[in-house]
Amino acid sequence: MTPHVILRVVSKFLIPLIAIFAFYVQFHGDFGPGGGFQAGVILAASVILYALIFGLDAAKKALPPSWVRIGMMLGVIVYGGTGVATWLVGGNFLEYGAFTPEHPDHGIHLGILAVEVGVLLAVASVMVAIFYAFGSRQPDLTDEDW
Amino acid sequence: MFSTIFENFNYAIVIILMMTGLYVVFSSRNLIKKLVGLSVFQTSVFLLYITIGKVAGGQPPILVGGHGEGSGGAEEHHASAATNMLASGGEAVATGGSAHHGAEVLYSNPLPHVLILTAIVVGVATLAIGLALVVRIREVYGSIEEDVINEIDYRYNLEGTDA
Amino acid sequence: MDLLSSYPSWLITHGAALLIILPLLVGAITSVLPRERLAWIVTLIVTLICVVTSLGVLLDVYFNDAQLYKMGGWDPPHGISYIIDGLNTPLIFLICAMALLCTIYGLPSVAAEVEPKKRAPFYAAFLIGVAGLLGMVVTGDAFNVFVFLEVSSISTYVLVAMGASRDRRALKAAYNYLILGSIGATFFVIGLGFLYMETGTLNMADIGNILRDLDGGSRVSLVAFGFIVVGLGLKLAMFPLHMWLPGAYAHAPSFVTVFLASTATKAALYLLLRFIFMVFDPSFEYVITVVTYVLTALGCIAMLFGSLQAIFQTDARRTLAFSSIAQVGYMLLGVGMATGLGLAAGYLHLLNHAVIKAALFFALGAFWYRYGITRIDDFAGLGKMMPWTMGAFTLGGLSLIGVPFTAGFTSKLNLVEAALQRGWAWAAIVIVVASILAIIYIGRMLMAAYFQSPPEIDGEVVAKNEAPLMMLIPMWLLALLSIAIGVNADLVVEAAQGAADVLIGGGV
Repeated sequence: MTPHVILRVVSKFLIPLIAIFAFYVQFHGDFGPGGGFQAGVILAASVILYALIFGLDAAKKALPPSWVRIGMMLGVIVYGGTGVATWLVGGNFLEYGAFTPEHPDHGIHLGILAVEVGVLLAVASVMVAIFYAFGSRQPDLTDEDW
Repeated sequence: MFSTIFENFNYAIVIILMMTGLYVVFSSRNLIKKLVGLSVFQTSVFLLYITIGKVAGGQPPILVGGHGEGSGGAEEHHASAATNMLASGGEAVATGGSAHHGAEVLYSNPLPHVLILTAIVVGVATLAIGLALVVRIREVYGSIEEDVINEIDYRYNLEGTDA
Repeated sequence: MDLLSSYPSWLITHGAALLIILPLLVGAITSVLPRERLAWIVTLIVTLICVVTSLGVLLDVYFNDAQLYKMGGWDPPHGISYIIDGLNTPLIFLICAMALLCTIYGLPSVAAEVEPKKRAPFYAAFLIGVAGLLGMVVTGDAFNVFVFLEVSSISTYVLVAMGASRDRRALKAAYNYLILGSIGATFFVIGLGFLYMETGTLNMADIGNILRDLDGGSRVSLVAFGFIVVGLGLKLAMFPLHMWLPGAYAHAPSFVTVFLASTATKAALYLLLRFIFMVFDPSFEYVITVVTYVLTALGCIAMLFGSLQAIFQTDARRTLAFSSIAQVGYMLLGVGMATGLGLAAGYLHLLNHAVIKAALFFALGAFWYRYGITRIDDFAGLGKMMPWTMGAFTLGGLSLIGVPFTAGFTSKLNLVEAALQRGWAWAAIVIVVASILAIIYIGRMLMAAYFQSPPEIDGEVVAKNEAPLMMLIPMWLLALLSIAIGVNADLVVEAAQGAADVLIGGGV
């Protein structure tokens, strides 16, 4: 088979773990350090690791660039949509307390959770998009010519 | 004299990084090296802000002992950190001051960290755009040396064609 | 008042946030739209809504009072608050109106200058840039200013680089703009860091109050002031920090040049005003020293240097870009006087110049669109080849010079009056000299266009080929507006006076 057998096997183990850890960081952000930002970067790292080991084409088959673009958009929409939703329930922009007027703290909890999902989507897709963008340029020197 | 330097050690590093970064940006003729200088320059600012946020004897601003009603400040700081909504959150603390949750724990000021998280993201975005531009410039001009590019443009202006 | 009462009340109360959120969100959606025409229509609708909203906000401030919008319901100074007052509403309206006109103009122009695949992302970047500019102008939180400054700058770098399919030098221009713009923004952030050190708050009004209590504060706030002025100076192309501007204006797509010239530097100048007069205070010794001696001097040098440089350019867009640097000098002179009249005159010139320059750059874009002309030498006979476009260009040019009954004359007259009232007769002389220089560089283009005959290709005179209607409408709208302001400037002068009152009268 192709070279780098150890790398391939180890990364096959690691990639799901990395992705799960991303979600741990995402939802544990409620209680300690963490949150959408860090989680997004970790999630993107799992995709980028896959691309590094198995090649960009395989990664693009697994996660098509068009999905990545939609992910970027969805992230912003989820974030901004939360703000718009607070408008609809009669609060100021991003005033999460307006979701549950009796218990503003619950609303704040919900609102931040929604916003963090948006951040996760946006950050992860942007990171992958940057990697794809740079990775897919055709070099004018092939590796053999170096 | 040495004691002043050691007391302001962080600021000394900030100044060194800042000047190094600016010098690299202005002195190098290589487009990538310029971006490296720019990053170093921006990093110095991150360090400056983090230094401002340090409270003597303060521990990391992670809420100790769960979160009850009305003390959800720490999470809001994090959430806002993640989302460019800067400077929100209720318990922003003045520099050198201290934050008391229940008056027994001394926290460092989290606000500068939040600000700098945003600044880092902005820096990454700038760097990505800058590198993307360099890649395009390399494809179009075949060089990332400013002198070569300027000469190509100059000749193009004179003759209307590429040499 | 009737117009205002026809607005739904939530549009006014939430107007400040809506103006930013709408272009930002729709910009994100636009980036994935499959069809360029769809993207254009969406952009048109969004900018139209923005214009309507900003008009409502403008009227509301005019008839009622300044507003404070609390983001997330957090009270200032802890939360981010958006300010709508007499100082920024005219600028908000200006940015929205320019965005709308640019979008109308953009349909033929972008189709000609940007590769098909990049057109939807182009509109997306444009919308996000609009959101960033509006955010810069609206926000009352100092760090928020930095974020929006970078949002608008980063999308502007992208927009400038999109000119690469027409002119590869756009890449180099965008790169230079990126380096200098980032340095400027970083300087600004360093300044904010020092301000935060000194005051422990990021709310602009709050910083202002604390600094005033400290009576100018220690050397820390002095350093902060220096960094902020230099950082914003880079963004607004203050004289020695203007190196990025000519390249960016000359090589960007015409759509982008118009938008940049009429809004980006203006928003940065607005920030400078707000920081000097409402965060810091002219009663501090170092502030008034810098304003009186440094800003005024740089403004005057910029007026002369920019106009002189403009005369020696061969490229029409570069000429106008250097002229823009000179015009920033006029505005800085008005700021430097630090009197009510001077500030009003500077602000008036800011508004007028946006209208004039946009009309001129619209016309230049049309020349390129039809004949591929960018050099002044090629202007020969344009008066016959494109009479309507050239007509708008002529009106704009005359206004730039400051011929009576044009917008440029009104603002220059106000500036001269303010200078004389301040006792600065020399400043009045500099204004007149710079205007004479403007006659030369505008005259060169007009002479070539009207007094030389059209070129001949294969023995045949180049045929008349007028710009499409979509280009002519925004161009003529602005050209006529500049004349209208020249004939009766009451409305604009009143807006500028209101802005100056806010600056002199203190914060919200």
